[in-house]
Amino acid sequence: MSSSSRNFYEFFGFDRKLDLDESALQKRFYELSREWHPDRFSRKGPDESARAMENTAIINDGYRTLRDPVKRAEYLLTEEGFPIGEQRSKDVPPELLEEVFELNMALEEMRSGDESARPQLEEAREKFVSMRGEIDGQLKALFARYDASESESETAKQALHEVRGALNKRRYVENLIRDVERALNPAISPAQTVEDRL
Amino acid sequence: MGTFQIDFGEDRQSKIVGIDLGTTNSLIAVMDLTGPRILEDAQGRKIVPSIVSSLPDGRLVAGETARELLLTNPERTVYSVKRLMGRGVNDVGDELKLFPFRIASDSESVIKLQLGSRTYTPPEISAAVLRQLKDNAEAALGEPVSQAVITVPAYFNDAQRQATKDAGRLAGLEVLRLVNEPTAASLAYGLDKRKEGVIAVYDFGGGTFDISILRLHDGIFEVLATNGDTHLGGDDIDNLLLRIAIEDIGSDGGPSIADDPEGVQRLRRAVIAAKEELSFAPETKISLDYKGTEYQRIIDRPLFERLIAPIVERTLEPCRACLADAKLTPEDINEVVMVGGSTRIPLVRTAVERLFKAKPHTELNPDEVVALGAAVQAGILSGEVQDQLLLDVTPLSLGIETMGGVVSKLIHRNSTIPASATESFTTAVDGQRNVLIHVLQGERELVKDCRSLARFDLKDIDPVPAGFARIEVRFLIDANGILNVTARDARTGKEQSVEVKPSYGLSEEQVEAMIQESFDRAEEDLRERQMREARVEADTILLATEKAQKNEAWQSLTPAEREAIEKAKQDVQAVYNGSDYRLLNEKIEALNHATQSLAENMMNSAVRGALKGTKID
Repeated sequence: MSSSSRNFYEFFGFDRKLDLDESALQKRFYELSREWHPDRFSRKGPDESARAMENTAIINDGYRTLRDPVKRAEYLLTEEGFPIGEQRSKDVPPELLEEVFELNMALEEMRSGDESARPQLEEAREKFVSMRGEIDGQLKALFARYDASESESETAKQALHEVRGALNKRRYVENLIRDVERALNPAISPAQTVEDRL
Repeated sequence: MGTFQIDFGEDRQSKIVGIDLGTTNSLIAVMDLTGPRILEDAQGRKIVPSIVSSLPDGRLVAGETARELLLTNPERTVYSVKRLMGRGVNDVGDELKLFPFRIASDSESVIKLQLGSRTYTPPEISAAVLRQLKDNAEAALGEPVSQAVITVPAYFNDAQRQATKDAGRLAGLEVLRLVNEPTAASLAYGLDKRKEGVIAVYDFGGGTFDISILRLHDGIFEVLATNGDTHLGGDDIDNLLLRIAIEDIGSDGGPSIADDPEGVQRLRRAVIAAKEELSFAPETKISLDYKGTEYQRIIDRPLFERLIAPIVERTLEPCRACLADAKLTPEDINEVVMVGGSTRIPLVRTAVERLFKAKPHTELNPDEVVALGAAVQAGILSGEVQDQLLLDVTPLSLGIETMGGVVSKLIHRNSTIPASATESFTTAVDGQRNVLIHVLQGERELVKDCRSLARFDLKDIDPVPAGFARIEVRFLIDANGILNVTARDARTGKEQSVEVKPSYGLSEEQVEAMIQESFDRAEEDLRERQMREARVEADTILLATEKAQKNEAWQSLTPAEREAIEKAKQDVQAVYNGSDYRLLNEKIEALNHATQSLAENMMNSAVRGALKGTKID
């Protein structure tokens, strides 16, 4: 996504940090909305209305991106030249290879109506959810390390590199959790599954 | 004689009206110094039934008049047309079984309804309701109305929103904003109370169900999540009762009423009356006495509740999904606001109370609160309301078709609008000039399970080797929840032309043509009216002339004068039944002129007669 022309951090007036104060962000979001929402410009000329709509789209897109730690980190990585890329969820993290193999067998059984796989899947879900929690902890530490480092420095680059690795793993685990949940509750349509965030 | 016009200059801006264009009923409201206010018609009625009937001369009438015609002229009358807005023929199979919609055979991506000898699209029918509301408002305000805020169900998709906007344009209204109905209700609800906290708006209307969860903070109304069902409402309860009553009547051995449209409509009225009565009475009677069919059935509340329980249950699933999307539990909801006529049903109230563990607010008139909120939003747009701001969301995810019939999501549901996403496209073949992008709405992963919105054709791409072109396409959902697509060639920076092919709904050209036609019709109507007025005048002068010819004054005219009058009279009669009112007026003027001396003579003889004390006729 090309957003370089309208940087969210700049628009909101925040430093390019990975850790952001959510209540300060929300306050700023409300302020900017009051200033730029198209409702305030409906009786102005078409140029001003169009600009209001453009800016409000940036405000909303930016708020949506920045308030979510995962999306925020992905955004900053892209901005800093560390694109997440397309390969993000294809490669199985080596330490999960064996578990994923077993999980896939259990998922197959469950989907074909074999209820005996249920306890195994429930156990797997619990495990992956706690794994996701661990990754979130790592991310938090990495965010702090990046924010404390000088921009463009080697430490900063190393931190971003590790953030990318953690995000890829998190995404992988997230997809596993989703697959397990769908197999356990096939009645819940995709419209109703909640995308868990940090 | 000219009338006096006061020019208030730039300072004086005409009112923006707020309209609740409902499935069953519609209302129009405006913001006053004291707050929002519903505008009444000349008879003091606030509610305009969303019913439209086609008169034999092809004109459409809406509201109370059409409601009466629904009984006597059911073949030329439609109701609940909101259910068809923005939908294709294939979508409405279920609807057709329950509603007396007569779909014209040439319907394709837009449904056309047969009313008498003409066909009408749903936006044209809705425009008739809007025109009635506009007329009422203009009469009540004493000034022309040209700009409006119109409410739509929060869960309306792009095509349904576009159809509503088209209806506004066809009615001669510039639609400044489409507002989601539950959000509008929250504006009316939170306006004077300075509410803070998280509220749920449960909006169960005639044909649609919406649930929205909002955070109210310092005048900002931020929608956190919304969900719903655009085909679930009080109509469904009516149809259920109607089906039971029709079966009853059939099983009594009498003549079946199902094939008698008027009988069905009378029975429908009877079941609606019973349904409404059951909201406050423990039992009621459905009764019909029509063409020898005497039907009576006692229905008590427990039975009624058993019958409608599945319908009420269907509203709860979207509520749970909405809570999950807002990442909230029922305990987080501070208050529940009830909107829509169907929330008068006690079972609905109990179900909502049980789900949200909070007593629902019922002190607002559920029929009026949406229109009042629309007027508040109109006030925000005009600048009359300064400190309130609405931040709404898109109800459905937006995506594009990718390889293998899979949808790639670009803007997720419940994103605050305006919202945008940019995606790059390239060519697959050397020298390729076009790229077709298929845009869909919905939450499912496969194209076949989502709602096709439109195909966008990127045209006249510079012919370059495969993979070299880079077209950046921006998808922007505006504050009305409607998609706008623009494209740019990233290599040259120049704007790329995009042709939109909506999957459902009218194209821009079709809307323009309909507006033009309505202008033409308006002109036709005007000509027709002027012709009638001219005929009235002709009648008057012809009658006066004929009378005068029997008067003694006639004899005092020269033969030439008499001949001239006779000729002028025949001239008037000759063009009397034509369609050129100007020509008729000309001939009337000529007759007027020719009879001038006759009139003077009569006047003189009248004076003489008066002096002689004789009575003149």
